[in-house]
Amino acid sequence: MTRLDTPAARWTFAVLAHAGLVLAWYLFVEIGRVPKFVMPSPQATLAALFVPDYAWGTNLAVTATEIFGGYFLALAVGVLLALVFTWSRPLEAIFLPLLVTLNMIPKVALGPLIIVWFKYGVFPNTLMAFSIAVFPILLTTARGLREVEPELLDLVRSLRGSRWQLFVKIQLPGALPYIFSGMKVASILAVAGAVVGEFLGSDKGLGYLMLQVQVTLDTPAMFMAVILITMLGMLLYGLVLLLERWLVVRDARLA
Amino acid sequence: MSEVRGDAAEAFIHLRGVRKVYRTGAREHLAISDASFDVMPGELVSLVGPSGCGKSTLLKILSGLHPHDGGEVRIGSVATPFDPARDIGMVFQQPLLLKWRRILDNVLLPAEILGLPMAAARERARELLALVGLAGSEDKYPYELSGGMQQRAAIARALVHDPKLVLMDEPFGALDALTREKMNLELLRIWRESGKTIVFVTHGISEAVFLGTRVVVLTAGPARMADNFRIELPYPRTLDMKTQEAFGVYTRRIYALLGMA
Repeated sequence: MTRLDTPAARWTFAVLAHAGLVLAWYLFVEIGRVPKFVMPSPQATLAALFVPDYAWGTNLAVTATEIFGGYFLALAVGVLLALVFTWSRPLEAIFLPLLVTLNMIPKVALGPLIIVWFKYGVFPNTLMAFSIAVFPILLTTARGLREVEPELLDLVRSLRGSRWQLFVKIQLPGALPYIFSGMKVASILAVAGAVVGEFLGSDKGLGYLMLQVQVTLDTPAMFMAVILITMLGMLLYGLVLLLERWLVVRDARLA
Repeated sequence: MSEVRGDAAEAFIHLRGVRKVYRTGAREHLAISDASFDVMPGELVSLVGPSGCGKSTLLKILSGLHPHDGGEVRIGSVATPFDPARDIGMVFQQPLLLKWRRILDNVLLPAEILGLPMAAARERARELLALVGLAGSEDKYPYELSGGMQQRAAIARALVHDPKLVLMDEPFGALDALTREKMNLELLRIWRESGKTIVFVTHGISEAVFLGTRVVVLTAGPARMADNFRIELPYPRTLDMKTQEAFGVYTRRIYALLGMA
């Protein structure tokens, strides 16, 4: 049983599980004689990629820009605000409760408003991805920065260490596991935010394309769009995991 | 009752009638009172007493982190000057190593904070790791070490900037009984080799007697110092001394002071 724990074994099983899903999908459609407009076969889905009218490249690039743009904006603003809060107790006391309330707003409900304010296009959709991704990053980072053992604080103070030293040597590296757990949640939310934004109002992007092909019941293209969106999400999540592996020592990682 | 040995002027630590009161709202809580004792340079003093007797408070006063409300506290003498900014090493009940740093880099933390020349500090950190029995673990992460080994690294960290005074707050309290006895022997060896003045807080009566050149007994409710006496047992101390009558005389004396005899 221990052999299942090796990286090679885990990769093999991961690939096999995905291949198995595609196979099950194929068999279900073929044996069940499912109509193409209800559920296309894997081949038909792949074929949709070669319809030039759908401008997959452009639409993929637009959605990717919204997701990644919104995500990295959320990362920058979230971490920065959390830093400000740990440096200033009054600011935290005033704004943190406010942000917890704002976090309760279903960001999707802001969509129509964002369109009123910023029309439609890449920017409002980026803003949508940002608004939904920023809170988990901000809240977990603020939490992580606060989690310093009082004795470590004593240790630094007994050596007359500066606040900056405390921050750089203890607080920030100590908060990294928290920041990453927020970043993982946010990566999933950013994808959802961008796509919902495109549903609500846009003239480009994979979400926009899905609405267009829905009219003609081109289900293979809809499937393909979902797959591409998922792959964008996987890419973002994978980057976060890689960065975490690089920056955070194994034992310090949060689940 | 208090037997004060040596010339107070030569003492490295000199406490007279130290008192500390914590205030929460209108309520006052006496954390320590009547604390008077002297510690000569190179002594290992045990502060022993039950929870709430003020031993940790006393340690915080010595570390300069908390002010005292009354009495006199002096650390350092003409012969042994003391710089409060860099002459204190601290060891806590938990090792509190930084998880993301290798052992050597953990030991170097105080040197970094003080801005000491790093090449020399690195050399010294390696020597200290060898001293505490961790040669070969320099590049490991804390999670790769047992609790006892992590605490050894924490002791090396407390010594890396060559402080004159090391404050230890129940450093072996979280270890199992056998590891604790082993660490007691190790601490005595490290103390002999480093020549530091150590203030060792514990609630283990036997541990206090076994380690100390001197034991300061504190009682709770009200928190005050009850006694201060030398332990006239020879060094190096061995575990079988704990079974000897002379050792029992000291532990019985402490039990009596704590009202447990």
